[in-house]
Amino acid sequence: MDRAQVDAKIRELAEPFNKKGVEITEGTTFANDLEFDSLTVMDFVAEIEDEFDIIISMNQQAEIENYGQLVDAVTKLQAS
Amino acid sequence: MQADQPQEIASEGKDLFAKFDDVIALREGLLAQGREDPFNLVMEKVLSPTRAICNGRDTILLGTYNYMGMTFDPDVVEAGKQALADFGSGTTGSRVLNGTYQGHKEVEQALMDFYDMDHAMVFSTGYQANLGIISTIAGKGDYVVLDIDSHASIWDGCAMGQAEVVPFKHNDVEAMEKRLRRIPEGAGKLVILEGVYSMLGDVAPLKEMVAVAKKYGAMVLVDEAHSMGFIGENGRGVVETAGVIDDVDFIIGTFSKSVGTVGGFCVSNHPKFEIMRLVCRPYVFTASLPPSVVATAETSIRKLMHGSNKRAHLWENSRNLHKGLKDLGFTLGTDEPQSAIIAVIMPDLEKGAAMWEALIKGGLYVNLARPPATPANMTLLRCSLCADHSESEVDEILAIFEKAGKEVGII
Repeated sequence: MDRAQVDAKIRELAEPFNKKGVEITEGTTFANDLEFDSLTVMDFVAEIEDEFDIIISMNQQAEIENYGQLVDAVTKLQAS
Repeated sequence: MQADQPQEIASEGKDLFAKFDDVIALREGLLAQGREDPFNLVMEKVLSPTRAICNGRDTILLGTYNYMGMTFDPDVVEAGKQALADFGSGTTGSRVLNGTYQGHKEVEQALMDFYDMDHAMVFSTGYQANLGIISTIAGKGDYVVLDIDSHASIWDGCAMGQAEVVPFKHNDVEAMEKRLRRIPEGAGKLVILEGVYSMLGDVAPLKEMVAVAKKYGAMVLVDEAHSMGFIGENGRGVVETAGVIDDVDFIIGTFSKSVGTVGGFCVSNHPKFEIMRLVCRPYVFTASLPPSVVATAETSIRKLMHGSNKRAHLWENSRNLHKGLKDLGFTLGTDEPQSAIIAVIMPDLEKGAAMWEALIKGGLYVNLARPPATPANMTLLRCSLCADHSESEVDEILAIFEKAGKEVGII
């Protein structure tokens, strides 16, 4: 899957978690813009992991602050 | 400017305490309502494992994890006194230098006998046992798969060891298996589970989970802090009830609950286990437990081996309290009593604090548990029962809950 496809898929998965309907751009942050708490993060990450059959460890999650970084990380993880 | 006060330096420096402002505000908000501080209780006198004078009131203790009521056992207290007289008040040293006394070897032997395992290693606290074992065995490049509701000491052990940390949804066997399946081939794997989860008092499906972990070649560590002495035919924990004790690589436990003193431990059958004494930093770089503590622990552990009557009474207490609270209309953490912890779910922190205060004024101490320590950001009143609570004390507890619940408007 290329980056655009990964982006489209993650956008779809993010929708039910984006309760306030915030517009998601590359720079949208999970903690501040989307106001995800730790439980939401866990559920959201689990959905992505299941969809792409990958692991995003807590250590990797700590490096991901915004949407663009997430798409980059998943694109890389699912290709390897 | 007053001479005896430090001069304020006008710099651009950031106050490192600024990050605590939210917590400070939350706490001040709670206390501003004229509430008694749930996190600043003082026990002026302890009368027994189930009674104390708290903030000036005669109080039933229902939140001390003193499950088996060993703190005032005459044999236990006597062993401590004798050790104080014979060995002095403290060891002033690390276990690997001058801090191993006869008593430390004896309490480790008592643990090996209690669990019927080859090795036992005693730490100065339960927190250090998890911190030490986990950080030492799971290092950079290894994977730790753990339940999202794991205790703080487990998370801290993971962080300190720098392993890849992969959490799964609480008690979800399928979620755990999916994560194990995706770990790269050849990587070291450690699965960390707890027998009883202390927030809701629920038990892990260890039979299924340990089988899955073994299928993927992972080592398994189970924290049995809240089950020792009580759950299982010999009090060895949920691993015993689930029949998986032989498939588990490490059991972590504590002396600060059923054993009735302080300290932590790990028992294992791993043939190379003894090397941990030299490579585990939270074991090496701290002073060992005082002689009186290990003497009380050893005596208590040996008595717990023969505690089946007490275990039976504690189960009765747990069932009675659970049913009583449910009948009163409280929302509980589990549908059935699964351990000696009964968690009463509060609608929010404010109501929880009000309820806690009404209980303490009524003469009952429970733990107020709040986010972030709690799962799903719940506010809980956590009750931990003791084998020494009498049937009439449980009735008294229920009466105090009923009165407080009606006052606060929860039931």
